[in-house]
Formats: sequence, C-alpha cells, structure tokens
Amino acid sequence: MSTDKDLLPVDPHNEPGHLPIADIPHTPRVTDTDPKAARRAERQVASMFLLSMVFVVLFVVAFVTIDKSAVVYIPVLGVVGASQIALGFTFGMAILLIGTGAIQWAKKLMPDVEVVQERHSMASTPKEDEEAKADYERGKEESGFARYTIIRRTLIGALALFPIPLVIMLRDLWQTPPGENPVELLSTTAWRDGLRIVPDTGETTGEFVKGIRPEDIPVGGLVSALPIDIMEIQKAEHNLNARGKAAIILVRMDPSEIRSQQGEGWDYQGILAYSKICTHVGCPIALYEHRTHHLLCPCHQSTFDLADSGDVIFGPAARRMPQLPIGVDEEGFLVAKSDFQQPVGPSFWERG
Amino acid sequence: MSTTSPLEKPAPVEKAGGAVATYLDQRLGSNKALGRNLGKVFPDHWSFMLGEIVLYSFIVILLTGVYLTLFFKPSMVEVVYDGSYVPLKGVMMSEAYASSLDISFDVRGGLLIRQMHHWAALIFVAAMVVHAFRVFFTGAYRKPRELNWILGVVLLTLALAAGFTGYSLPDDLLSGTGLQIIRGIIQAIPVVGTWLAFFIFGGEYPGTDIISRLYSAHILLVPGLILAIVTVHLMMVWVQKHTQYPGPGRTNTNVVGYPLMPVYMAKAGGFFFVVFGVIALISGLVTINPIWIFGPYTPDQVSAGTQPDWYIGWLDGALRLMPNWETVVAGYTISWNVLIPSVIIPGILFTLLALYPFIEAWVTGDKREHNLLERPRNAPVRTGIGVMAIVFYGILWIGGGNDIVAVAFDLSINSISWALRILLIVAPPIAFIITKRICLGLQRKDRDKLLHGYESGRVLRLPHGEFIEVHEPINVKEMAVITSKTDHAVLPAPQKTDTDGVRNPRYLVHSLRHRLSTFFYGDNVPKPSAAEIEHGQHHAAEQAAIEAPLHEYEDRDVIYNAHGGVLHHPGMPEINAEQIAEETRS
Repeated sequence: MSTDKDLLPVDPHNEPGHLPIADIPHTPRVTDTDPKAARRAERQVASMFLLSMVFVVLFVVAFVTIDKSAVVYIPVLGVVGASQIALGFTFGMAILLIGTGAIQWAKKLMPDVEVVQERHSMASTPKEDEEAKADYERGKEESGFARYTIIRRTLIGALALFPIPLVIMLRDLWQTPPGENPVELLSTTAWRDGLRIVPDTGETTGEFVKGIRPEDIPVGGLVSALPIDIMEIQKAEHNLNARGKAAIILVRMDPSEIRSQQGEGWDYQGILAYSKICTHVGCPIALYEHRTHHLLCPCHQSTFDLADSGDVIFGPAARRMPQLPIGVDEEGFLVAKSDFQQPVGPSFWERG
Repeated sequence: MSTTSPLEKPAPVEKAGGAVATYLDQRLGSNKALGRNLGKVFPDHWSFMLGEIVLYSFIVILLTGVYLTLFFKPSMVEVVYDGSYVPLKGVMMSEAYASSLDISFDVRGGLLIRQMHHWAALIFVAAMVVHAFRVFFTGAYRKPRELNWILGVVLLTLALAAGFTGYSLPDDLLSGTGLQIIRGIIQAIPVVGTWLAFFIFGGEYPGTDIISRLYSAHILLVPGLILAIVTVHLMMVWVQKHTQYPGPGRTNTNVVGYPLMPVYMAKAGGFFFVVFGVIALISGLVTINPIWIFGPYTPDQVSAGTQPDWYIGWLDGALRLMPNWETVVAGYTISWNVLIPSVIIPGILFTLLALYPFIEAWVTGDKREHNLLERPRNAPVRTGIGVMAIVFYGILWIGGGNDIVAVAFDLSINSISWALRILLIVAPPIAFIITKRICLGLQRKDRDKLLHGYESGRVLRLPHGEFIEVHEPINVKEMAVITSKTDHAVLPAPQKTDTDGVRNPRYLVHSLRHRLSTFFYGDNVPKPSAAEIEHGQHHAAEQAAIEAPLHEYEDRDVIYNAHGGVLHHPGMPEINAEQIAEETRS
C-alpha cells in the first residue's frame, strides 16, 4: 500500500511530548534522610523473612499432627477441615511474607530515582538490511533453488503430502463397529416393543425393582425411568452410552388435559413418556410444573409443553421432546410399545 | 543499608556466583547479555502489574498442576468408591472422580493444592482479560506491538481451552453436563459435526475415552502452547521495551523508570510471592468447585442452577438467549440456535479482536511507532468500542445466570430472556455513544485547563469590584500528561479525478477511509498551540499572583481572629496578644 504513506503526512511538531517539560522535583523518603527510619525498615524486612520461616515450620507441624478428618469451627467460615485451613494459612503466609518483605525492601531501601533510557527504532539499519538481502541472494543462488525447477516442484509436493499420514492416523480415534454409522447410532435407543420401564434411582449399579405399575404414578407426578435391561447393557458395553440415550420421564395428567400427542394412543391412561434428553444440546431435564405441564431445562431454560406433544414454547431448543409410546404388559407393568420414532437429544447435520 | 564497602572481600556466596558466571560466560558469552540487561529500565505503573499477575498465576497453575498429576487418574473405568468421604462410600463412579475425591479427602494438603489450581486458573483468565483491557484502552497494541497483541488473543483462546479441558476432568456431575453441552455444540457443526463428535468422544456420548483425551490436551498440549507463546510474548516486550504512560520527561523515544537490578528484581520477584501467597490463602480459606457435593457423573442426571466457570458464562448466556432457529435444507439440518451463539459469534468476536490493531491503523492511516500510551479520552471511538464490547459481554454473562437472576429477584425467566435479547442489540450502541461523549467532554476540560489553568473554586473580588474565579497554573506532571495528546489528522477526502482529469481508480476505498477516519478522530478537540498554552498558563499565574497575599496569610496558619475586630494587613501584628503587647510597649 504505497499510496497510504502519501495520505497522512507526519507532523513532527505534533508528536507527544514536544513541549519542553521540566522534571518533577524528587522528594527524598524518610528512609533516605533518617538513618533510624532506614534501620527500622531493615528490621521490618528481616522480620517478614523470619516470620516466613516460622510459618514453614508451623506448616510442617500442622501437616504431621493434624488428622485429615478433623474439623474446626471458625467464625464466618463455619465448620471446616482443620488440616486444610491450617495448611492453607501457614503455606500462604510463608509465601506471602517473602513477597511483602522483598517489596518493602525495594520501596524503602532501594533507590527511588527514575532513570531515563533511550529507545531505538525497531527496524534494522539500511546496512544490516542490505547484508541480510545479500546473504539471502547468495544462498538462493548457491542452492540453485530458482534454477532447478524440477527439484523445487517435487520438494514442494513432498512437503505438502507428508502430513497426510499424520492426519489419516486420526481416523481410528473412533473405531467404528462393523455395520454401524453415527446417524444410525444417534437415531436408535435401547427401547423396543414390550420392554419394561423401571424407575431410575440415580444409581449406576444395583438391582432395579421389577417395574412401574400405572397406579404408582399419581396425577401430576413425574418419574425418571430407564429400560429394565439397562444394567445388562452397561455391563456388556462397559459404558453409559445406552443410559444417556434411553433415559425417559413419565408424567401423569388427567387424560382430558392432554391436548395432543405425537402419536394416537401413545399414552396409557394419561401417563406420557418423553425422552429426558433435551433436544437443544442434550442436558437431562426433570424440572416439571404439573399445573401447566411445562418441562424446563435447567441448562438453557428451553421449555416444553408435555400436554401438547412436548412442543417448544420458550427457549433456544428448536425441536419438541420425542415421545415414547407406552402400554402395559400382562402383569400390569408399564412397557414401551416401540423405540422412539425420531432421534433423541441434540440435532445433527444428517438428522433432517 | 549495606554494611560492606566495595573494598571489602566478596562473600563466599558471591565468589561462587562469580565463578559460575565466569564459567558460563566462557562457554555462552552470557555476561554480554547480563551487562546489557541488568540495568534495563522498566516504567512503573500499577496497571503494568496485571500482566505480571497473569504470568505468576500461570506459574502457580503449572506447579500445582504437576502435583495433581501425581495423584489424579484420568480413567473412566467404573470403580467402587472406598475413600474417607462417607456420603459416597460404596457408590460406583469413574476412577477420575474417585481419584479427585481422594485428592480432596485423603491426600494431606491435596484439597489445598486442588483449590489453588482452580483459584489460580480463575485469576489467570481474569487478570488476562483485565490486562487486555489495559492494553486496548491505552492503545498499547499500536505499531510496533501489533504482533504481540495477536499473541495475546491466541493466549486468551488457549486459556479458555485450558480452563474448559480442566473443568471437565474430575468427572463430577457438573463437569459431565458441560461436556454434554460441548457434544451438542460439536454435533451442530454443519457437514462434519456428527462425525467429528464421534471421533472426539471415541463413539457415542459419553463413551470411555474423553477424559483421557482431555487430560493429554490439558496437561501437555495446551499448557505447552501457552508456555511457548508466553515466552515469545515476554521476549517481544523485552526487545521492544515496555510502553509508558505520559508524564514529565517521558517521550516517545525514551523510557523512564527503574532499573531491573535491583528495583524490579525485588519488586517483580516479590510480587510473584505475593500472588502465590494470596492464591494459597484464598484456597485455604474459600472453597471452590466442591465436586463431592455434585456426585459422580451419569448422563441421565443433572442439578438445577448449574453454572460454568465465569469465563465460559458468556458463551452459555449466548446459548440461552438465542432464539430457537433451525432450518432443514434438502434433508440436512442446520441448527442456527446452537451454531450462532457457540461457533459463529465467538469466531467473529475473536477474529475482530485479533485484527483490531490492523483495522484501526488502516482507518486512521497511522503508521508511526507509538511507545507513549494514549489516554482513553483522547481516542473516543476506540474507548467507545471497548466499552461497547464490555457491555455486550456483560449482557451475555448475565444471560448465563438468567435462572439465578430469576430466582433471586423473583422474576419470570421468559421476560428476563426477552429483556436481555433486546438489550444485547440496543445497549452496546448506547454505551458507545455515551462513552464517546464523556471522552469528548474530558478532552474539552483538558483544553480548558491548558488555556485557562485549573479552576480553584475560589471567587475573588478585585479592588474595582470585579468578581473573578481564581485559576491556577496546572502543575508540571498534569501539564505533561495533558500535552501528550496527539492531534490525529483525518485522512483527506479524495478527488474523483485528478488535475489532469484522470479517474482515481481507488476513489471508493479512499472515500471510505476518509469517512471512517473522520468518524474515528474527526470529533476530537484540537490541542492548543504551544503559544496559546503559554499564554493561558501565564494568565492563570497572574490571577494566582493577585490572590497570593491572601495565600501568604493562610499559609502562615494564623486564623485566630474568629471573634473579628482585627483587620490584618501586611506588616501588622497577627494576634491580639501581640497587638496588645506592642501597644503597651509604645
């Protein structure tokens, strides 16, 4: 941009600091004039360093003597771990006092007269500039980089290709199981026809009860639930993936209050099953207001109307909560009637 | 107060140190560098300590982080907890979470170090942001320091990455929820998002790989990059010499301050221990991230009122405030509701931030080197843009806590969200305008001070009955600060054709730059000429001189005549006792 220089002439008289400026008179500190004050400052600094050493000793004592489960009451802080407080305080003070001592030393006893140094332009001198250019030209000439076209082109090609293996090796970050693909995995869950629904106790182990009967859920109630075989799946797969997709909530309302559902007869006597995973970015949802039938996500406050097909009524979520068709089996326990009819959780490119 | 004179023999330690220096010098030539740099001058200002806080808290993070790696197990294998925290005894959890609990309850001092790591991380990012404000509002990023500004922006991004990867490691319920949100965001990226999510997590969510992958990023990749870039960042500060605030004797071509040895070694070295010590004290006394309360992560649990660390809050707020737009084109989904707040907005903001020095230099046509900092009032548009960005950020940040605001003030979350959505568009421009007006007002005040002196607030009645407000000349320090202002010439308006009638091919570009530079500096209040300033100060000095006898009187500290009756004039005894004594003598 050679034209830019012409656009704005530099006015040397307009440079900051062009006005003659007197130096401010320097007022000596007490420690500069009074030897007593200077000795006092010396003692202050030394005491801080000494106290620091004392705190290190106290730290070691606290580390060895205080039981790790001991608690102590400290005003304002309440009941706190004794070891944590003692170690934190002694360690912090030991370090802090070194710092305050050094700063006191600098402020009271080291010179406080400012010094002036000249700056130099960052750019090299024309001579240095010329030298660099000449060296570069000589190197270029000697290597023959400009002359040997074929060497130059093949070298560029080789350098361009050699990172490819490094990138390709990242492919196995996910060792895709045979016959599976992300879209398929994101679109299916552990639910299937006749699979019993059990309450989610929040534990990742232990035995579940046999199931939930419709009468276990009062009108206005909400129950978090999972497929009955979730534990077997977890043990077989050694992960929580199935749980993350199959988590549902069951809510019960007066059948007359249900304005619409995602499928004809997907409820059972006013009990509706919805995915628990938010369609926005995937937080589990269980904040339910039974008077309005609204379900609120605690992460980003998307609000869904469970009496109206789980539609979004507020917030950043774009899609309604997927509904799971349910019924009861011959023993009278709630069961799923199929898998979800649409992918649960956040949207993705191929979802459509 | 050293007791050794130069003639005395050096202490044994000094002797050994000298020997080491000679040994190294013969092999590395290091004494040349020492000689050049031990006396290097650094200007003094409290705001220059912000960058130091960043560096020192980073060192604390590195030290405590190494300690934590000795005990933390980055594994998602499910184990049964058998430590000393009773409420979770016998609960199945990942080894990562179990080892985090062990650090908190069974390693003596472990909780202290874990909390120091977390507090230092929060302070690290906070100090970095405030340091960036200082650099921005004083124009310290101008030539020749644009490259260091870019490194700073890269460091800020890396700091956020370091913070987030670390936040996710303990595998408690809160950190897992954060990861789930990240997964949702990655999946929203068009075309590649779905596969990318599967690659990063090693399959479906949550899988069993993510913690160990984040771990290698958190303890090796990201801190390694930060360390390398911080080193270059500091080397550039060293080579270019630190900028300085305007003041007496400070010009664009000098640097006024204290030498590295001994003042800055003691001050900066001491300050490192202060930062370190304060972090240790805070961490000893104040709990941060009590992971034992949240419980182990499972993908079907969440707690209400969850909050990310403060520096991620604005992104969470953007996610919350975004309207729920999503489009499906030819069978493919574009989730604008996630993409815009989490990818597009941060992307644009960080790009603009990094390019700002170049944009400003292009607009103003300013290609000079700047070593003297510019006062924020003297660049009203820059200051306005900065305040605008802070307001924008602040609104998103409040948005990130809209549920907490709703509970605390008993408001509807829907109305808060709507109010914030509107404010996000309306408030930043208003903040810009207000800031710009304030800056221009301050410029006018500065000009008045130069032309008329400082308003003393004292009204004086002159012998002929005129009332004047006494103005005093401003002191040298203030004079130096105010006159440091540069009048930036606005780029001239281009002509469509030159004198020969040839069309200017770059007319549109030049015309745009003319308008932008007028917008940037056109409203500035011009600095008076040196003669005008001298005249103004002279006038103020004259006024002050009229009043001087009264001051003399005040200065003598003899306001005893509260009962009245005695009028004082020069040469007259000052208190009644003296007056009476004099009268009796005569």
